[in-house]
Amino acid sequence: MEKKIIYFDNAATSYPKPEEVTEAMVHFSKEIGASPGRSGHRLAVEAGRIVFEARERISQLFGIKDSSRVVFGLNATEGINQGLKGLLRPGDHVITSSMEHNSVMRPLRAMMNEGLEVSILPCTREGFLAPSGVKKAFRKNTKMVVLNHASNVVGSLQPLAEIGEVCRRQGVLFFVDAAQSAGAVPIDMEREKIDLLAFTGHKALFGPQGTGGLVLGERVDEKELVPVKRGGTGSRSEQEEHPDFLPDLCESGTPNAVGLAGLLAGLEFVMKVGIEKIRRHEKRLTERLLRGLLQTAGVTVYGPGTAERQLATVSFNIQGIAPSEVGLRLDEEFGILCRVGLHCAPAAHRTLGTFPEGTVRFGLSYLNREEEIDEAIQAVVRIARGEA
Amino acid sequence: MPQGVILFPSIHFALRAEKLMKQKGIPHKLIPVPRHLSSDCGVCLRIPWEKKEEALVILAEAGVKVDSSHPLPER
Repeated sequence: MEKKIIYFDNAATSYPKPEEVTEAMVHFSKEIGASPGRSGHRLAVEAGRIVFEARERISQLFGIKDSSRVVFGLNATEGINQGLKGLLRPGDHVITSSMEHNSVMRPLRAMMNEGLEVSILPCTREGFLAPSGVKKAFRKNTKMVVLNHASNVVGSLQPLAEIGEVCRRQGVLFFVDAAQSAGAVPIDMEREKIDLLAFTGHKALFGPQGTGGLVLGERVDEKELVPVKRGGTGSRSEQEEHPDFLPDLCESGTPNAVGLAGLLAGLEFVMKVGIEKIRRHEKRLTERLLRGLLQTAGVTVYGPGTAERQLATVSFNIQGIAPSEVGLRLDEEFGILCRVGLHCAPAAHRTLGTFPEGTVRFGLSYLNREEEIDEAIQAVVRIARGEA
Repeated sequence: MPQGVILFPSIHFALRAEKLMKQKGIPHKLIPVPRHLSSDCGVCLRIPWEKKEEALVILAEAGVKVDSSHPLPER
């Protein structure tokens, strides 16, 4: 008999996807297939329409008016690299937090070697950054604050609107890494005063892997933005110089149109259900999980410990058992799939006090059910008691 | 009826224009850019030439970047 699986690794990538996401990709592969923005025949135009509609939905989702300022790429990492390397120069100062993922830390570390000044502000053990701390860290040459909206380790949600306000007053660009949060909580770039937002398609937006990108607010001057890659765009083909207008400026080479067809369906799913409803369900699941884990002897839960202030991502450890061992037993004995270790975020684990062992992470999604939470809690209880 | 085309910097703007024409009820079709107008490999928007001014106003108001517009030789 095939054992059923409980998938709790949605903070890495969401699974399963809504049926319509798979259907949209199959439809694209079978019926459209052509290269968007290249050639003028009907299938190329149809492929172009799909990419265009995905762009329109993204701009709608994050509250920007001009969808040409949405640039697609492989993932949030590509969007982050484009935003950082495209705008920051040697001698500039950038502020970030101690809860960042390596997708921000590694580009910044490399840029430090080339003369970029970086301040990494400490966060609380719950994973929060104080807006007042940001204010104090400004220097004359501060150009940007770059911040992970929601920790991929413990789900802690940063106070975006307050930090956005502090940045706007200072005339500093505010760059938000929304890899975990896009689709899981409402984000409005206007309201929260976000100037750049990196997103991924394959987590809470329910698209496939290989989709993501960067959204540029009005205050980002495209004339200052240096593309990380250049090449064919389907536009201005007579010129050997790269186009200077968006989105072509930051999109070279054939895009992942089949993936974007899936992302479009994922975005439509999220918008049809409504982010408020998604958030309510995920909060309910998170509360249930937190309650169960906090009541279990021998279990330590990290992060905010309340669903109000975090996403449906929960990190914990069982006393005396390494996270890797817990993860293996959850998989082999209970069919529960999660992620253990450092989650590509060593700085965050240092902040939480869980470096270098890491944690066991349950990453939930809108498509998880309460019964799965209860089963998982029972599994953790049994492992903690030394049963099974 | 005489036809003409509007050219755009890239397909993104051509597709925005298509959507706007649809919303405003202006007959239109995306076609490959005629070779005599540009060496570009993309598409442009064909409309009845009498609708040109109306269309250009709609596009300008919506912030759609336009390269140029040209009447097409009658067949």
